[in-house]
Amino acid sequence: MATTKAEELAKKQREISVAEFFEKNRHLLGFDNKRKALLTAVKEAVDNSLDACEEAEIVPEVLVELIDMGNERFRVVVEDNGPGIVKEQIPKVFAKLLYGSKFHRLKQGRGQQGIGISASVMYAQLTTGRPARILSKIAPNKPANYYELKIDTITNKPLILGDEAKEWDKPHGTRVELDIEGSYLKGLQSVDEYLKETAIINPHVTITYVNPKAEQIIFPRASEQMPKQPKEIKPHPYGVELGILLKMMSNTEFRTLQAFLTNEFSRVGPGTAKEICEKALVPPNTAPKKVSRDDAEKLINAIKETKIISPPTDCISPIGEELFEKGLRKEVNAEFYCAVSRSPTVYRGNPFQVEVAIAYGGNQQADGSINLLRFANRVPLLYQQGACSIYKSVTQTNWKPYGLQQSNGALPTGPVTIAVHIASVWVPFTSESKEAIAHYPEIIDEIRLALQEAGRRLQTYVHKKHRVKNQLERANLFERYIPEVADALARLTGESKDKIVKHLNEMIKKKEIQEEIMEMESLKGEADDEKADDNGNNGNGNGEKD
Amino acid sequence: MPEAKKEAAANADAKKELIKLGYSVIDDIKKGKNPHIELSVRGLSNVVYDKQSKTLALGDKTAQRFFFNVAHSKKFLQTIEIASITKALLDVNKHASLRDVFYMAKRTIPNTKINVVDEQTESDKAIEDLELITGYSRENLNVNANKMGSVAGKVVVEDSGDTIDWSKLGSGGWSIPSNVENIKFKKVDAKYVIYMEKAAVWERLHEDKFWEKQNCIIMSSQGQTTRGIRRLLQRLSSEHKLPIYVLADNDPWGWYIYSVLKFGSISLAHMADEMAIPQVKFLGITCDDVINYDLKRHFIKLTDKDISRLKQMQNYEWFVKHKEWQRQFKMMKDFGAKVEIQALSSKGISFISERYLPEKIKKQELLD
Repeated sequence: MATTKAEELAKKQREISVAEFFEKNRHLLGFDNKRKALLTAVKEAVDNSLDACEEAEIVPEVLVELIDMGNERFRVVVEDNGPGIVKEQIPKVFAKLLYGSKFHRLKQGRGQQGIGISASVMYAQLTTGRPARILSKIAPNKPANYYELKIDTITNKPLILGDEAKEWDKPHGTRVELDIEGSYLKGLQSVDEYLKETAIINPHVTITYVNPKAEQIIFPRASEQMPKQPKEIKPHPYGVELGILLKMMSNTEFRTLQAFLTNEFSRVGPGTAKEICEKALVPPNTAPKKVSRDDAEKLINAIKETKIISPPTDCISPIGEELFEKGLRKEVNAEFYCAVSRSPTVYRGNPFQVEVAIAYGGNQQADGSINLLRFANRVPLLYQQGACSIYKSVTQTNWKPYGLQQSNGALPTGPVTIAVHIASVWVPFTSESKEAIAHYPEIIDEIRLALQEAGRRLQTYVHKKHRVKNQLERANLFERYIPEVADALARLTGESKDKIVKHLNEMIKKKEIQEEIMEMESLKGEADDEKADDNGNNGNGNGEKD
Repeated sequence: MPEAKKEAAANADAKKELIKLGYSVIDDIKKGKNPHIELSVRGLSNVVYDKQSKTLALGDKTAQRFFFNVAHSKKFLQTIEIASITKALLDVNKHASLRDVFYMAKRTIPNTKINVVDEQTESDKAIEDLELITGYSRENLNVNANKMGSVAGKVVVEDSGDTIDWSKLGSGGWSIPSNVENIKFKKVDAKYVIYMEKAAVWERLHEDKFWEKQNCIIMSSQGQTTRGIRRLLQRLSSEHKLPIYVLADNDPWGWYIYSVLKFGSISLAHMADEMAIPQVKFLGITCDDVINYDLKRHFIKLTDKDISRLKQMQNYEWFVKHKEWQRQFKMMKDFGAKVEIQALSSKGISFISERYLPEKIKKQELLD
């Protein structure tokens, strides 16, 4: 009997491993091109290091080294003083995609999905064929563990190529070495820029950076003060989608729907849970595992119709105005700095908080657009500026009242750096590579309010600066006029010019005269009232010429 | 006292006033006070219309100009600078034109891009200020306007020892000097004077020997009425009792020329008694002429500037109760258009001298 078409096709159908999928879709993870790949490899490793240090409450010290191996290949070395990783976990953390501590909880952090660093490892083996080399130590009295790792892209399991104990003079920490294909360029989307911005947004971090030219750059910390550890929270019903609800219901330990709602969500008490169930016409004592897809959809609709208090916002860990300003101050040379932290608020059941810092003047370029720095959960965003709600908020804000020039719908121009940070338990990125923040109206509004507040502080400074400049010009003006007036007076009266100059120069230091120089509104009481006569000159002797 | 001596005495007094100004400023400086110059406010807000003499006069509002004041400082410098220039002219008894004075003052202040004066209007204003401060006219400060006007007629004068017959000077006529104080009238044979704003119209009338046929004096300037001309008209009016008729375009600016001659100008209100000629009458072009002589075809639309000027004139105190002029203003407003004198040429090149002017004067169609 001939095989059916379906049977024939079935021979070709097989499971695709996650690793295989990402191998073919590496742009989703930020490895679209060689330049970006280098940045992404550094970024994923540094993000992990910082998250680990902060969780262990260790003031982070990170070494980043890029070694040019020729032929567009680089060795990326990232070393931290973090808590280290226990021996058994090392292969899984670095060589298994979607393995991590962060995906199953709602907590503000740099990483979210647990794919970043293992994707880098995979990219390394894909482009250079070399394994990742990991060295990690968890305590001063224990040896360091050394691994050479690859990923089995079919099974998504670690391939251990080397495993030994080593001496390491660090008390604790982790060192990652990856050989990857990449290209090193300076500029706005470079490793250099990423590290500089990381230093701004993490003022408690010291980064030592050795670039491919073997030049060492140190970004010293501005503060020993660690960020407050963000709290883990349960999801808020408003942010839950159908798929997630179904998954949560099938995984829960609670036996009734009411108990499930009360215990697995934030801000839901037994009363609210009952109300949701009644509105959805699903009995509160139904076993969650037995709720049908249709009923789940009714529950989602019922949640939307029920008033539920906003989630707690103390789970957010902002940088704070003082530290944000310090961070900007140490990396951007300007003459004026200010920072604004808004109060936390909520979009779709997810708490978030917006912070803005501005640096004005100094060495910054005066013509051309301002320098916009975007951050999400303390990570710099370097790509897809135009698609980001931060960009949208900045361009939609009217900067003219704050003393900056701006064409309609564009970034303002001037010697200014504007840094915007969004902290949230769940930052809504537009894609997996986490480059731009989605356009939620609540987020755009909050950013705008923060920008306006910072703008007003900027305005005060810019105006004051103009005033001081005008005062200097005035004092200067009088000084220039003095010899001229003295000369004319001397010719008119025969008095000594030098004496008149001397007197006038003394007068300029007097209090009343200084007040006149300082006075803004000095245009009152001019001698002639010419404006009224603007059109009356036609018949008199003015303007006669040869 | 002979004219020349009188002038010398006035010059000497004017010089004293200039020096006095210098010392008043030096006094301030010595006392440690912000150096200042006091002068009357110029402009409409300080102009008074004297109903009796029917001329404008300056009110008593004064203002102070300070050196240590950002808004005044440059003007202060300009005033003192021009004062020292005119004082130097008086010292050596030489005359300079307004343009000369401008160049004498114009220089760049060292280490800056600032000029003491940038435009001639600035030095001209400074001279007007000095007239106010010293109480003497520009002529007494040895600053002359430029010769801009022409005159022709059966008149003989003596100027600086020369005898001049206004009827025997060819196609150009006699150039009116900027200072006419020293001119002596030997013979004046005319019934009236026509003053016109346009030299081209004067040339037309001169070529047609209008002054000979009508036994009158024709006088013009290029646009603005210089002081020399105004003084000459005034002397012809007061010394020889000749009626003076003004011929100007049918627009707010032409009419303002008449207003200045008759009442004095706003910016030179301080010299109104010397300058205004209350006997002057307006001959044309009136809005009635536009209708009577069928000139509507030559209408030029009023600009926004024209309209706002017209409104200003309507509200001048000396026009506001003048029914005839208010009627003219209203007519022009209704026309929304103006007409130039030369529009008359469309009726024939000598229509103006052969028909328009003789008819108007015969009928005495004049506006007071």
